[in-house]
Parts: sequence; C-alpha cells; structure tokens
Amino acid sequence: MDTSYPTEIRQDILRGVRVAITGGTSGLGLTLVRECSARGAIVAFVARTRERVERVVREIAGSHGIVGDVAKKEDIHPIALQILARLGGVDVLVNNASSLGPTPLVLLADTECEAFEDALATNVLGPFRLTKALLGALAASARDGRGACVVNVSSDAAINPYPTWGAYGTSKAALHHMTRIWNEELIDEGVSFISVDPGDMDTPLHALAVPDADASALKRPETSARELVDRIEQALTDSGRTAVDASAMNLQNLADVA
Amino acid sequence: MIAASVPIQRAHHAKLLVIDKNAWIIHAPRSSFADFLRRFDIVVANDAATLPASLAGFHAPTGEALEVRLAGSRSLDGDDVGHFVAIVFGPGDFRTRTENRLLPPRLRRGDRLALGPLCAIVERTLDHPRLVALRFEGSSASIWEGISQHGRPIQYAHVHTPLALWDVWTPIAGAPFAFEPPSAGFMLDWKTVASIREHGADFATITHAAGISSTGDDALDRRLPFDEPYRISAATAHALCRAKNNGGRIVAVGTTVVRALEHSALINGTVRAGAGIATQRIGAATPLRVVDAIVSGTHEPGTSHYELLRAFVDDATLRRAADELDARDYRTHEFGDSIFIERRLRCAARAKPAERLLAA
Repeated sequence: MDTSYPTEIRQDILRGVRVAITGGTSGLGLTLVRECSARGAIVAFVARTRERVERVVREIAGSHGIVGDVAKKEDIHPIALQILARLGGVDVLVNNASSLGPTPLVLLADTECEAFEDALATNVLGPFRLTKALLGALAASARDGRGACVVNVSSDAAINPYPTWGAYGTSKAALHHMTRIWNEELIDEGVSFISVDPGDMDTPLHALAVPDADASALKRPETSARELVDRIEQALTDSGRTAVDASAMNLQNLADVA
Repeated sequence: MIAASVPIQRAHHAKLLVIDKNAWIIHAPRSSFADFLRRFDIVVANDAATLPASLAGFHAPTGEALEVRLAGSRSLDGDDVGHFVAIVFGPGDFRTRTENRLLPPRLRRGDRLALGPLCAIVERTLDHPRLVALRFEGSSASIWEGISQHGRPIQYAHVHTPLALWDVWTPIAGAPFAFEPPSAGFMLDWKTVASIREHGADFATITHAAGISSTGDDALDRRLPFDEPYRISAATAHALCRAKNNGGRIVAVGTTVVRALEHSALINGTVRAGAGIATQRIGAATPLRVVDAIVSGTHEPGTSHYELLRAFVDDATLRRAADELDARDYRTHEFGDSIFIERRLRCAARAKPAERLLAA
C-alpha cells in the first residue's frame, strides 16, 4: 500500500466523512478517533464506561461519545440510533471493540463455556448486529456517492493457532471470515468490508494478554491507526466516493437537479 | 381480513394482491414482487428508522402516570431534537386498545413531564386534551441518549408481545426519524433489493418521518397525517429522473414515499433533491404527478392510508380488492400482507407530461 502521499490529500478524502468506531476510549480505538478527527472526519465512538467516554469527548473537539456495550443485544439499536442521529447517517463503521476472553489466558480445554460465549458476543455477534443495524444507512451512503466501508479489526490470532489464545483466536477467525462473506454479498450495494490485522501493539488489551511483554518492542497504536485510516481512505476511493467533500457535492447536485 | 398479530416482518407465506393498470386483480406470493417490475422501473422506499417514540413517565404537577407518544417533528436535523408534537395517554399500556385508553391529566402550558432520564415541558396545547407540543430539556446528545435508552417502540394492542426496536426497523432503516415504522418496507430484504436490480429496475430511498397511523380518537385521527418532514438525496432525484426518461415506472414502497415525492413535485412540478415538509393530503381527487404504482400494506376504509390509495384506482376496484382480501384471508396491519397497485390509465392521462415534471 502506498502511504507516501501528502498529508493534505489524506485529510481531504476523509473530510466530512461520518465515521463510527467501537471501543473508542483506549488502545487502537482511541488513536483511531484521534486520527479520523484530525483528518476531518465527523466521528462517533462507542465505549462502555461513561467517565471514559466523557473524557475523550472533552479531549477531541467535535467527537460524539456514546455509552454502550456492543456485546449486549439490547444495546445495539440504541447505539445505532445515536450514531445515525448524531452523525446524520454513517459512511464508515469500524468494529474495533474486542474481548480477549478469559485473562490470564488459558488453554482452550480450560476455558469456561461462558467465557468463550463472552468473547464471541463482543468479537463476532456484536459486530454482526451493529453492522446489520447500520447497513441501511451504509448502503444509502454508497448510493449517494459518499462511499461506504466497514472495517473489522482482526488479528494474526485469527490465522495462526496460538495456544492459550483459543477464545480470542476463534472469535477473530469468525470475524475475519464473516468480513469476507459480507464483502462478497454486498459488493453490488457499494458497501466494502475490510478485515485488518493491526499488529501487536502496545495497548491495554495486549498488556492483559502478555503482562510481561517488552512494550518498546511493540508497535505504537498511533502507527496502526494511521495505516488503518489509510486503508479506509483507499476503500472509500475504490468504492466510488465521488467527491472530496460530500456535503458540498450534495449542494452542487441539488443545484443541478433544480 | 385477519389481524397480523406476530411481529414477523417477512413471513414465508406473505401474499401480494396486485391491481394492474387495467384494474385486473392478480394474487401472488409476496416473494415474487420483483416479477411485477419492468426494465427501467425504479422502486423507491422510505429508509427512516423508527424511533422508540413511546415514553413512560408521569405528570410532575399531579404525579399521575402517563405515556407520551412522540408523533411529529419539524425537521430531520439530528441537532434539532428538542421539539415534538406528541399524543399523551393516561395510565395504562398497549394491552388496552387506544380507543379505550384513559385521558391524561389536564395538561397546561409549562407543565413538566418526567419521562425516565428525560424532562419535557409542555410548550403548547393543541386543541385536544391528548395533543401537545413538547420541548425536551438538555443537550441534543442527552436527549438522543434518553430517547434511545428509555423509549420503547409504539406498541399495538393487536400484537400480543411487546415490540423491540429490531422488530420495527426495516432492513434498509437509516436515519431515525419515523414515529411508527414505514411498514411497507418490511418486505424489502436485501435479496429482494438484489432481485429488483436483476429485473433491470433500480432501487432508491428517501427519508420521510412517518407519523402515527392512528390514535384511537376520531377527532385526532381526522387530523392525520400530521405534517411530515422528508429528505430526497441528489442521487435519488437523479435516479427518478433517469427512470422516467427511460419510460420506467416509479414504484413507491409505502404511503409515505407517495406523500414525499408528490409533495416535492407540488412545489414547481419537479422532484427536487433536498428537504421539505409534506403537508398535503392525498385522496381520490389528487392528481398523481410522479408516482406510477404503490406497494403498501392493506388498509381499512376511512383511514388516511386508504384515502391515499384512492388516488391510484377507482372506488369500485378498491371495493373489489377488499372483497378479495377478505375472501382469501389476507392479513392486515403492520406485519400483514401487501398490495401492489398500478395507477389507472385514466389517472395517467390526467397528469402532466413526465418530461415537464422531472428535471432532465
């Protein structure tokens, strides 16, 4: 992927794009909120803890914080409703919120069924439900020439069978494969789906999994966020986003039609 | 007809009664809907998601329990969420038919209504003990959060189990501005959308703040539909224009789409991209300038929805269709079967030439 183009061009692609990010108050999610906002996107983020949500809203001017848990079925539509109301629709959804499953990590044979279910709820069912709830709005964005894209944050644990990462790896493998099927099925609707492995980052989630890891040897989440947002910009361009600033485009088209 | 009492949006056995432009009646499985489309037709649906518009709480001055049903708003701007027209019921819940619901305590300007985490102020009473204009206190973020978490979808006495939001959001639901579901869109799963395209037709959406379908009060029902804001995107306006220029038909999914498109064309004879507020009533005497066919639920005579169907077809044909719906056990209400009515030829002759109505 070519990431060498100037920053000002990257900013233009995302300007006015409506982005929703789950798990937006720590780790990769928080850096994604910062990166998308810095490039001109209108960002809503979701997280479970009100105090953390409020802190990020104070830090990042113009961001929209929503309190909710994507693992809970009953929270999905209230989350979707608030995203759609406060952004006026949605062009990009980033399913970033993740659960490691049981910590400290344990062998699959020692994993409680309930802990396995919890990992699937956060990492598979939650993204599935939220995507489904937002799909009408995403498809409308695609038809309107804004482009539409869903990013599911995966892991190399989705591919490689690491011992003790069973609940996490299994759920990320399911998410990865689901992403590919979504993409095949919705190509005609103009909604693209990307599965991204951001690498081993210095995040709270990684610290939970590997408490004694050498943080200096890990990737900075800011680096992963920049790479991931580059992928989003590329996907929007590929999916037919027809204008740098979609709101300006709509005004222009309105004049044309009138 | 039979009341559809189970909240299943797309029952496998759902039926479609088709009235073609010659007033012939055809019965078909609803899953074959796309077979009735032709190349260059365009199917237009309302993508409004449904609000949890029923808010339980109490009347602060008296302490009496009440239910507020949000029923109208003035715009589709998410930042303009403070103001609503609302219908207020006294104590009780959806298991009591709305016709039998108690009146709320007497509502006066300035009264506070405590609705879970939300606080609403009665800004005006609107010439009926149930009808008020409300203003919510707080930021738009806190109001959206309060509605999302405390509100429930408006419920129906004929549906036996409480409805959740996922029961009333259509598969294509987007912007959350409908007060009751634009339920004609329940039939539109993504396979059907793909099938529409496979038949050489196009698919587009508008957003229209579908209002309350009935209140249980004759005097209030006569005031329906309330004014409803809508928005038509530039892409949809262009797609409509393209279909019309290619000789395709404009097929509206639901009465709200008819109301929005025809209102948009009222202004200067063209479907314009942009926002508007549909204020008109559509009935037997209304010339349809844009819409050629409608897919809708089945409706009872006397309702505003039924009146709108009279713009498409004569009363004798509608009566004949009603007899067929009864005789063949069609299911009515939100989760029921569907009808597809193509505008009568005589109506088409009454309309202005298409090229003058839609901008090239």
